[in-house]
Amino acid sequence: MTSVIRTRKLVKTFSKGLRALDEISMEVKKKEVLVVMGPSGSGKSTLIRTFNGLETFDSGELEIVGIPLHSDHNERNVREIRKRVGMVFQQFNLFPHLSILENITLAPIKVQKQNRIEAEEHAMSLLSQMGIITQARKYPSQLSGGEQQRVAIARALALKPELLLFDEPTSALDPERVGEVLDAIRSLAEKGMTMVVVTHEVGFAKEVADKVLFMDSGKVIETSTPEVFFTNAKHERSRKFLNQIGE
Amino acid sequence: MRIKRYRGLFIQVIVSTLFISIVALFINNLSVNLLRAGLGLNFSWLFRSAGFALAEHPLPYSPSSSYAWALFMGWLNSLKVISSSLLIATLIGFLVGFASTGTNTLLRILSKLYVTLIRQTPLLLQLMFWYFVGFLSIQGEIFSPIKGMLSLSNQGIILSGINLSPEFSSLLVGLGIFTAAYISEVVRGGINSVPIGQWEAFRSLGLSENDGLYKIIMPQALPAILPGLTSQYLNLAKNSTLAIAVGYADIYAIGDTVITQTGRAIEGFLLLLLSFLLLNLIISNLMELLNKYILTYKQR
Repeated sequence: MTSVIRTRKLVKTFSKGLRALDEISMEVKKKEVLVVMGPSGSGKSTLIRTFNGLETFDSGELEIVGIPLHSDHNERNVREIRKRVGMVFQQFNLFPHLSILENITLAPIKVQKQNRIEAEEHAMSLLSQMGIITQARKYPSQLSGGEQQRVAIARALALKPELLLFDEPTSALDPERVGEVLDAIRSLAEKGMTMVVVTHEVGFAKEVADKVLFMDSGKVIETSTPEVFFTNAKHERSRKFLNQIGE
Repeated sequence: MRIKRYRGLFIQVIVSTLFISIVALFINNLSVNLLRAGLGLNFSWLFRSAGFALAEHPLPYSPSSSYAWALFMGWLNSLKVISSSLLIATLIGFLVGFASTGTNTLLRILSKLYVTLIRQTPLLLQLMFWYFVGFLSIQGEIFSPIKGMLSLSNQGIILSGINLSPEFSSLLVGLGIFTAAYISEVVRGGINSVPIGQWEAFRSLGLSENDGLYKIIMPQALPAILPGLTSQYLNLAKNSTLAIAVGYADIYAIGDTVITQTGRAIEGFLLLLLSFLLLNLIISNLMELLNKYILTYKQR
């Protein structure tokens, strides 16, 4: 199987010599779902953000959807990666001055030069897939958090990405809204979408993840199948973390 | 409870008494001065001939024209220099504002330097600099990319056949560059008020920095920029009275001459105050319209 993400000894150092990423070597293969877990400040957000160039790194090798990215952060390669990799944020980050439909069609029209009708048809089918087709003409502030996050997923899907990145997609939601967003992500996994999901949702990880990557202090502590990780974690620090989150 | 209410009433009575006394004092002072000079408020002198020449007048004018016409020429001259330097200031201000929030490090440093330099030196000094060093000391034409279209010389600026005097040119450049520094800070502040997540969102969708700035960031920054922009425009209009320093015949410079000749200081200053009030009311009302347009566009 071809790899969609490959890193080798990825290092990012913050100003005080603190290592946000400490020699990260990992791989995600096509159609795989990787769940990234770890305590806050462990570097998991930094890691997922380097995958579409929102964070730079100091040394090491990174290859995303076959495009190499180096510490010089080559602008053209970064743009090319972003066109082929979708990202969903913790705070949704919808564009508040654009309607739901415009939020989704902006990139296809501007970046892929699709015509408006084609882009809107695709957007409507994505909205119906997300179960919110009736909201197309509304503005983000008129939607609940769960609906906004599903719009954000539709927006990320609009460019037909080869890889989807989720940075704590349910952490800003009211508890009763978490389920609907996780269901949407789960249905994408069933369709074979390659995904990296940073989350604390253990139930979701057990059910959907092919692999769980556990990070602490910028290091990969262990990468295991969810069966092994949640019942018989190899590393002491993994077990301690699972204990703390009540598993 | 009751004591509190009485105390509030007491303070209000004191404040109103003070305010009324001060206003009464001013009015009294004004009428006493007018009486002492043997004058009532009288505007008939406005229609006597002015007797002085004007270097620049947008409409036909000669020394035999009336004081009123001379003042009107001054008002038009003011309007001319204010509106044109306002355009230049807006253009440069937004570009520098974009540069100072952009990703290009060299441009960021240069715009920072420009803003620092302009904001730490007095406007009067800058105007004199542009006039004496910038224009009057030019030997021959220093900048003439297209013959007859645009040239810079000690005769001022020639732009597609229109000859701008060195006085007007230095005021145009001086006011424009000075105000642009402040506008760029207003623009920078507006852009920075947009959450960083909006930048990350458009970048993660593969949009270019320019598309993102135009489609995503500016529509959200404009409501924060407009109030500050309006006050910079008003400042520019008021700062244009420094025209007198470089000998440009704006409303204040002409008003000053008129007052000296006629001795009608009170009427003269009243007219000057009114003319600036009128000018700035025009500016702030136009900006208010723009603001309303942007807000309705946003809530569309």
